Amino acid sequence: MTTTTSSPSVAGNEPQAPKVTKKKLPAEVSIFLVLLGISVLFEVLGWFLVGQSFLANMSRLQIIILQVSVIGIIAVGVTQVIITGGIDLSSGSVVAMSAMIAATFAQSSDWPKIIHPSLVDLPFIIPIVVGLLVGALAGFINGWLITKTKIPPFIATLGMMVSARGVARWYTDGSPVSGFTDSFALLGNGLDRWMPVVVFLFVAAFFHVVMRYTRFGKFTYAIGANPQAARVSGINIDAHLIKVYMIAGLLAGLAAMVAIARIKTAQAGMGLMYELDAIAAAVIGGVSLSGGRGRITGTVIGALILGVMLSGFTFLRIDAYYQDIIKGAIIVAAVVVDMHRQNKRKKTT
Amino acid sequence: MTSASVVGLVSESSAIPASSQSEYVLEVVNVRKEFPGVVALDDVQLKVRPGTVHALMGENGAGKSTLMKIIAGIYQPDQGEVRLHGKPLKLETPLMAQEAGIAMIHQELLLMNQMTVAENIWIRREPKNSFGLVDHDEMNRMTLELFERLNIQLDPEVEIGELTVANRQMVEIAKAVSFNSDVLIMDEPTSAITETEVAHLFEIIRGLRERGIGIVYITHKMNELFEIADEFSVFRDGQYIATHLSTDVTRDDIIRMMVGRDVTQMFPKEEVEIGDVVLSVKDLTLDGVFSDISFDVRAGEILGFAGLVGSGRSNVAEALFGVTPADRGSISILGEEVKIANPHDAILQGMAFLTEDRKETGCFLPLDIQENVQSAVLHENFVNGGFVSEAELAVKSEEMCKKLRVKTPNMEETIENLSGGNQQKVLIARWLLTHPRILILDEPTRGIDVGAKAEIHTLITQLAHKGVAVIMISSELPEVLGMSDRVLVMHDGRITGIVDREQADQVTIMNLAAQ
Repeated sequence: MTTTTSSPSVAGNEPQAPKVTKKKLPAEVSIFLVLLGISVLFEVLGWFLVGQSFLANMSRLQIIILQVSVIGIIAVGVTQVIITGGIDLSSGSVVAMSAMIAATFAQSSDWPKIIHPSLVDLPFIIPIVVGLLVGALAGFINGWLITKTKIPPFIATLGMMVSARGVARWYTDGSPVSGFTDSFALLGNGLDRWMPVVVFLFVAAFFHVVMRYTRFGKFTYAIGANPQAARVSGINIDAHLIKVYMIAGLLAGLAAMVAIARIKTAQAGMGLMYELDAIAAAVIGGVSLSGGRGRITGTVIGALILGVMLSGFTFLRIDAYYQDIIKGAIIVAAVVVDMHRQNKRKKTT
Repeated sequence: MTSASVVGLVSESSAIPASSQSEYVLEVVNVRKEFPGVVALDDVQLKVRPGTVHALMGENGAGKSTLMKIIAGIYQPDQGEVRLHGKPLKLETPLMAQEAGIAMIHQELLLMNQMTVAENIWIRREPKNSFGLVDHDEMNRMTLELFERLNIQLDPEVEIGELTVANRQMVEIAKAVSFNSDVLIMDEPTSAITETEVAHLFEIIRGLRERGIGIVYITHKMNELFEIADEFSVFRDGQYIATHLSTDVTRDDIIRMMVGRDVTQMFPKEEVEIGDVVLSVKDLTLDGVFSDISFDVRAGEILGFAGLVGSGRSNVAEALFGVTPADRGSISILGEEVKIANPHDAILQGMAFLTEDRKETGCFLPLDIQENVQSAVLHENFVNGGFVSEAELAVKSEEMCKKLRVKTPNMEETIENLSGGNQQKVLIARWLLTHPRILILDEPTRGIDVGAKAEIHTLITQLAHKGVAVIMISSELPEVLGMSDRVLVMHDGRITGIVDREQADQVTIMNLAAQ
């Protein structure tokens, strides 16, 4: 290429003002600071108002993180859905549906009220697999509806939210299911009661790696950032979206297993509004509702913020009504901050 | 002008004073505008006479858009002022500019798609009936009256979303005129419309000029400058360079002013050894869109696709790449018939497709350069058991971006923050990373400044040199003629001719394209 040597290119534009290239802090760092700030705030208020420490209390910390675990597992799936530019409103109901169906395979023979008399004392893996499959099936239906009928994710998962709750009630005519085998109950109480946390952290770490270091994760971001460009890049969008919704359903199923193993009973009314808490955790954690942006680590911190707030309010003996009011305000504030951040990015050009 | 009286918004200043104290309708005096870290405009000026079309020329990043936004009240200058009929204006919002008589027609048209033509034009100024409700009949009548003056044929009751881009532009122009504006700013109005529509647009612009309106016209296209503009001002790197009558200069003069140097070789066409047929297309048909498309492309050959916008050029490209597969016909690569049902199949066959619309179908705007570059290559390369080989991929991506001279501080920069030319280079890097043997380029240099254009042309030639078969679609005839070995011309979904380089000239091609 002889012409390239005298190429007419850059010369004219080179004296551009040197761009400030300082490394931006990842959004997770600022969210983590918020988490620390809130914790410290409760600590200080605790000494003033209640006369005791908020943080230096192992059992309180354990309760916070245990409570966060179930929502957190769901939120890891919901985060991926949101990154594709979608939404999943069905998680809470899918939790109830998976819980009810799986619970009937987890009963021990010495319990008086048995749903399937022939299916007692099964190895713990059976109810877990059933729960995961039920969740994944719900996710598959969500994904299939969204990709094949082209209805918006909001509507598809809203439908699933209503129907799955119906299945949960219908399955045992509304009666709760209890009396699980000891081995199944370990999923909720094993490892000295830390099992839910272990499951949550494993799930979070696993999908953190998936989202950051695998082709699957990179395609998820690409689809959320621009589905049309993703298609031209040869990505099979329909198949990919179905997988992502299946993961979200599967994780809702897993959350259900952990939840019923811990509280030792499954009820059709459980998991109410979990989907909103999961979405809130993701949004507080910096996952953008417009798709393409967000990280699992952010969501984990977001879930912790929700947990700390809940526990802190109870600790300060703030009335439950106020708790909800403040929680709502915080979710909105998180999105306002996100919007502000996005606008700032655009203005840097 | 009943419509104007109904509107009641005609400000005193908007009527041209009989004894105009200034010979200019619009003056920009010593305006300076800084953004964090960048001086966007440095002491620039602009003087627009009433009843003229004044073109703004300059590469991307020259400061045209910033200047325009200051005139339209979107930005406020740090220093200097904007004068209308010699009177200084203090514009704090676009609305104030509009009411003062300055209207802007944005590149991305700002109309409400779900509302009708009339509702869009008269929004906030709707005529009311005696009950205080919106009088739709009167509004439609006013719209028709306005259209008649402008020689626009559109139904006032149709929804904007159903109109073509060109027609939406007409509505925007009509809206601007309905404000009795003295100054109309048009930002690349012809970038997305067909040749016939351009002709109609120019007619309307000439009509506006006769009415004494000063039109500020931003364009990248030289031919338009000579066709429609009376005067032009050139900007470069935030500085005002010069103003001239468009009859006083040549194309080369303007380019020299814009880039500050000679662009010796606009189209660095080289004789390349043409190899065997790589892609062979037979009787490709997509019902209702194009039919019986047959052609061959050889290794090292650049096949230009000419034709008017809407002639089906891009649709053929999309069919080849499996975006919208054809209904009938065959595609063969290196003599073997292949089935391409989706872009994934096409990529595996060694095809690459730079789409027409960077923002819509090219860039992942929220993602960084690295993520934008890697999206197509991950199907076959740099992946091990599902895991991406980050380090290797990063090195190769950066190498490619360096080779293409993408101007960026680092690979973590969000693509949204790059200029159009650099975005385009990133997208080209995406495809070159897949080492294609067939490269389809749809409007590879649209909306890109002169310097980057020349770089991309050089690059295309280099690729041909390496034996890549190139299909290049372009609406710019000089580009097609300058780059192609052969030119395929389409009209109304059919091939009307395939012309060799030696026989190809503007007249031949236009005759085939317009039939």
